[in-house]
Amino acid sequence: MTMTPSYSKLVKDGLWSNNQALVALLGLCPLLAVTNTAINGLGLGLATTVVLILSNASVSLIRNWVRPEVRLPIFVLVIASFVTAVELSMYAWFYDLYKVLGIFIPLIVTNCAIIGRAEAFASKQNLRLAVVDGVAMGIGFTLALVALGAMRELIGSGTLFAQAHLMFGETARGWTLSLGEGYQGLLLAILPPGAFIGLGLLIVIKNLIDERLASRPAAQTRSAAEEVVTTEEKELETAGRKEAQA
Amino acid sequence: MQFPTRTSPYTARLYRVNQTMGWVLLALLPGIGAMWFYFGWGVVINIALASATVLACEAWVMHLRKRPVGPVLGDLSALVTAVLLAISVPPLLPWWMTVLGSAFAILLVKQVYGGLGYNAFNPAMAGYVFLLISYPVEMTAWIPPSVIQENPLTLLDTLRIIFFGTLPAGLSWDAITMATPQDLVRSELELKQTFSEIQQGPLWGGLGGRGWEWVGLWFLLGGLLLLYKRVIRWYIPLSMLGSLFLLATLFHLIDPDLYPSGTFHLFTGATILGAFFIATDPVTACTTKRGQLLFGASIGMLIYVIRTWGGYPDAVAFAVLLLNMAAPTIDHYTQPRVFGHQRKGEL
Repeated sequence: MTMTPSYSKLVKDGLWSNNQALVALLGLCPLLAVTNTAINGLGLGLATTVVLILSNASVSLIRNWVRPEVRLPIFVLVIASFVTAVELSMYAWFYDLYKVLGIFIPLIVTNCAIIGRAEAFASKQNLRLAVVDGVAMGIGFTLALVALGAMRELIGSGTLFAQAHLMFGETARGWTLSLGEGYQGLLLAILPPGAFIGLGLLIVIKNLIDERLASRPAAQTRSAAEEVVTTEEKELETAGRKEAQA
Repeated sequence: MQFPTRTSPYTARLYRVNQTMGWVLLALLPGIGAMWFYFGWGVVINIALASATVLACEAWVMHLRKRPVGPVLGDLSALVTAVLLAISVPPLLPWWMTVLGSAFAILLVKQVYGGLGYNAFNPAMAGYVFLLISYPVEMTAWIPPSVIQENPLTLLDTLRIIFFGTLPAGLSWDAITMATPQDLVRSELELKQTFSEIQQGPLWGGLGGRGWEWVGLWFLLGGLLLLYKRVIRWYIPLSMLGSLFLLATLFHLIDPDLYPSGTFHLFTGATILGAFFIATDPVTACTTKRGQLLFGASIGMLIYVIRTWGGYPDAVAFAVLLLNMAAPTIDHYTQPRVFGHQRKGEL
């Protein structure tokens, strides 16, 4: 029996310490291919999140009835059904975005992050944990996609959230931020090499933050110890006052 | 990234790193002088900009890695990168592009992999390709050699163009820039001109483009100096120039109107510079003898293929980078036979 992780650990893993894109390096095909703008990244990230939550939930529900010998085909079937549903929904409601993302929506089915979570987590845990894991992993993946997309869009074409109307309707046309007409885009950032270099830089940033955090606990424990001391002093003081009052 | 590329025999080294790089810089001087003569002050300004950038970048990285700065700046390898990049880009390139390209070459191509000796790609050529792909318009705006320049630029004019983008009064970009001989040949061939007709034009000298051929010849002189001083070996330059010349001549013999001659390919663009100074980079080239012959010949072949059927102005950078990728594999399959063993490895 595997250990039951706490919800806060699930969320922390999904968003940061086991981020599927930046740490596990799973699902790189869509990650590298569609992130030339922030909105594309957001669209594909959300579609992936929906599929991940639904597949995690279903796999968790059927985990006691699926024989281990056939589990992978079953998982793929489950994921493929949800991907088809998501694809058809996007075709119905977000047609422009659907056209932009193109082949990468059906390709969600091959995203290793999804079958990875089904195999490694959802097939061993109860429904509630599996859903929380799906939400956390999905959002973590989406955040990485949006960060990479925003970075490449900003450097490559000098805009941010261009084409937001593809997702949020006509009102979002004014959301586009621009570095100004004079900015000459660094074309490489939008081209495929830019995706690899950008992902590398994102991982560098994440590792740098982790390193900073790791070097801090020494200071934190010291301040925590000081806090303990001060509370003890306060208690002593109050006790002393009480004694004096008595 | 470290590749197991060292092979026997472990000959005693002739030069220390800074001596090697110093000789390379010295050997580049005649060619740089010729470029300065034909293409004006922009060449010198670019070299200064690129050198300042690479030194600053290397010092910054060494500071980040908490290592002494002196030995790394002193090995002169960054300066070689800077000079090679600066003479590859057009002389009137805006200053920030030169700076950006040099910073990319040092930070993301060289130091991220661990610095000198660990980079998989030639930093100067990666920086050049980075700029060419990102800013194709500026990177193809060459000025004509001074012998046929109608509007010669003074030092002050050049500085203004590079730093502020302001052109001298009454001149437009089209009046200053001109197609390189290679671009000219390509576009004229598309207009159904024959190669011999193109050669009648004012841009033409005895071997290649006017001015360009002399730059090539002076670089050749520097390259021969490196060979003489045994800073580089002959395997890569000879096989590279040889395969390019043979291929070009073969096609030229099949259809002289459609395919430029072998000498044209040798003395235009960066062929000579590439053969002696770029492809022979000791870090990113092959190390075995047979490997170097294969490496050079493949570069020559790729240059011909990309120049003839590709869409970019020159092919040396792409060919060198592609073969940089293949170098570890080539080395793996061309290990020399150990004395007393069969080629296959068993006794």
